[in-house]
Amino acid sequence: MIEVSDLTVRFGGVTPLDKMSVKFDRGTCGLIGPNGAGKTTFFNVLSGFVKPVSGTVTAFDEDLLSITHFRRARWGVRRTFQTEQAIEELSVFDNVAMIQEHSKTSGASRRQEVLDAIEFVGMDIDPNARVGTLGAAQRRLVELARAAVGRPRLVLLDEPAAGLPDEETDHMGDVIRRIPEQTGAMTILVDHDMSLVSSCCEVTAVLDFGKMIASGPTAEVLRDERVIRAYLGTEEVA
Amino acid sequence: MVQPAVVLVLLLFVLLVLPSLFSQYYIDASTQVAIYAIVALGLGLLVGRVGLVSLGQAAVLAIGAWVAARILFATSMPFPLVLLASGLITMILGTLVGLPALRLSGLYLALITLMLAGAITVVLATTNFPNGGHGFLGYNGSSVHIPPIRRPSIATDETDYFRYTVIVAVLMFLLVLAHIKTKPGRAWAAIRQSEAAALAGGINTTLYKLWAFALASFVTGVAGGLLAGALHYLYSIDFQTQDSIILLAVVLMGGAYSLWGAVVAGILQQFLPALFTNWGISPDWLTILFGIGVLQVLTTAPRGIVDQMPKDIARLGRLIGRLFKGRSSAPAGGEP
Repeated sequence: MIEVSDLTVRFGGVTPLDKMSVKFDRGTCGLIGPNGAGKTTFFNVLSGFVKPVSGTVTAFDEDLLSITHFRRARWGVRRTFQTEQAIEELSVFDNVAMIQEHSKTSGASRRQEVLDAIEFVGMDIDPNARVGTLGAAQRRLVELARAAVGRPRLVLLDEPAAGLPDEETDHMGDVIRRIPEQTGAMTILVDHDMSLVSSCCEVTAVLDFGKMIASGPTAEVLRDERVIRAYLGTEEVA
Repeated sequence: MVQPAVVLVLLLFVLLVLPSLFSQYYIDASTQVAIYAIVALGLGLLVGRVGLVSLGQAAVLAIGAWVAARILFATSMPFPLVLLASGLITMILGTLVGLPALRLSGLYLALITLMLAGAITVVLATTNFPNGGHGFLGYNGSSVHIPPIRRPSIATDETDYFRYTVIVAVLMFLLVLAHIKTKPGRAWAAIRQSEAAALAGGINTTLYKLWAFALASFVTGVAGGLLAGALHYLYSIDFQTQDSIILLAVVLMGGAYSLWGAVVAGILQQFLPALFTNWGISPDWLTILFGIGVLQVLTTAPRGIVDQMPKDIARLGRLIGRLFKGRSSAPAGGEP
C-alpha cells in the first residue's frame, strides 16, 4: 500500500507536481496523463532523485522519503526508465545479479534467485549473453527481471513497452500482470498505451499538469469526462 | 575471451623464453612494459570500466615510487612488503586525488586531476626523490656516492628482476580481474552507463567511485615500487605531468575496456620508444603517432587495438581469400 498526500515539487517557476494525493492499495495500478503531466517526476520522487518541497509518501507504513536514494532498492523500490537502462556491457545474468546483490534475498541461493527472475520474464535467451547484443524487447525484459528480483515491494514501470511492436507489448503485459503474485510487490505502471494499462491495471489514476484529476477502476477512469478533456483538450483552450 | 591455458603458455613464454631472445637493453624495456601495463591497468579501470577520466595517474605513479624508495632506504623490509606498503599509502593519497570525482565528471574531472598532477610534480621537483639521505624526505643534496635503490634479494640482476616484475604484474591483473568479475565490477558498469540506473539499483555510487580510485591507486603504487627498483635512481625529471596524457592516449589505443588493452598500452608506452631509440629515430615522433592513433581509435575502433586487430586480421584473411578465388578456381590459401 502506498499513500501519497499533498506532494508538491517545484523546479524554479515550474510546478510539475501540485499537491498530488493518491492512494494505491495493491496489485498493479496505472498512472496515466498527457505528456508533461508529472508522471516521471512522481517516479523520480519515489526513487529519491527529486526532493519534494512538501508532502509525504507512506509506503507499507514507512516514510519512503526519509530513505536515502540508493538505499531504497534494498528497501524494495524497483524502477525501470523511460529510456531503457539495461547495462550494455554486462551479461543478462550480471544485470539482474547487480540488483539482487544490493537488495534483500528471499533465502534461495543468489544464483538461483537471479536465474528465477530471468525465467520469470520468459526470456528464451542465454543468461550469459551480453545485453548490448540484445534487441529492444529483450532489453526491456532484462529491466523487468531486474525489477522482479530480490523481494521488491514497490515496482515502478515507466513506459516499459514504449516503442515495442504489439506482439511484444502483449508479452510485456503478461509479465507485468504476474509481478504482484510472483513477488508480492505492488506495481505502478505509467504508459501511454491504454490497452496495456487497461489489461494490466484494476485501478488507474490520472495526472494532468501535476494535479490528480481522477482515480478509480480503470474502465471508469478512462470514460471520465475530465480525463478525456485532459487528453483531447477543451474547446476554450483549443 | 582468451582461454586460461593460452594465457598460461604466453606467460611461461614471457618468463622463460623471452629473456634469452632479448639483449639486456630490451629486457630493461620489457620490465618497463610490465610496470606501465600495471599503471595502464589502473587507468583503464577508471576510464573504461567506471567512466572516470583521470589525467593524474603518472603523478600517482611518482608517489608510489617515492614512497617505495623512501621505505627501501629507511628499512630492510622485504621487497614484497615494501610494494604492499607503497601500494597502500599510494591508495590513500590517490583516493584523495579522486575525491573531486564525486562532484565532477568528464572534462572537468580530467582538468582537476591534471592540475593536481601538475601540483604533485612541482612538489616532487622541490622535495626531490629519496637518495639515501636522512629525515622525512630522505634526500641528501651533497652526497657524492649515491647508493642505488635496492631490489629484492632474489632478483638483483636484470633478467630476474624482469621476471619478478612480470609476476607482480600478473598478481595485480588478477586482483583487478577479481574485482571486475564480481559485485564491484557490475556496480562500475552500471555507474558508467547511467548513474540514475545505478542509484535505482541500490548502488552507492560514491562508495564505488572511491573504491575504483582506491584500487587503481593501489596497483599504480605497487607499479611505482617496481619502478623504483627497476631504475635504481629516481629523479623528478623522469616524472613529467604530460606523461599522464600520453598514458591516457596509449590506454585508449590499447583498449580501455580490456585487460589485454593494458598490456598493449604498456608496450606502446615503453617498448616502442626503446625500439625507436635503437633504430636511431627520435622517440618524439611517437607523440605524433599516438595522436594519430588516438584519432583513429576514437573514430573507428572505440574498443581499441585489442578489439580491432583480430577483426582486421580476419577481414584481411577474407580479402586475400576472395582475391585468390577471383583469380582462379584453385582452392588456394586465404583461410579466414
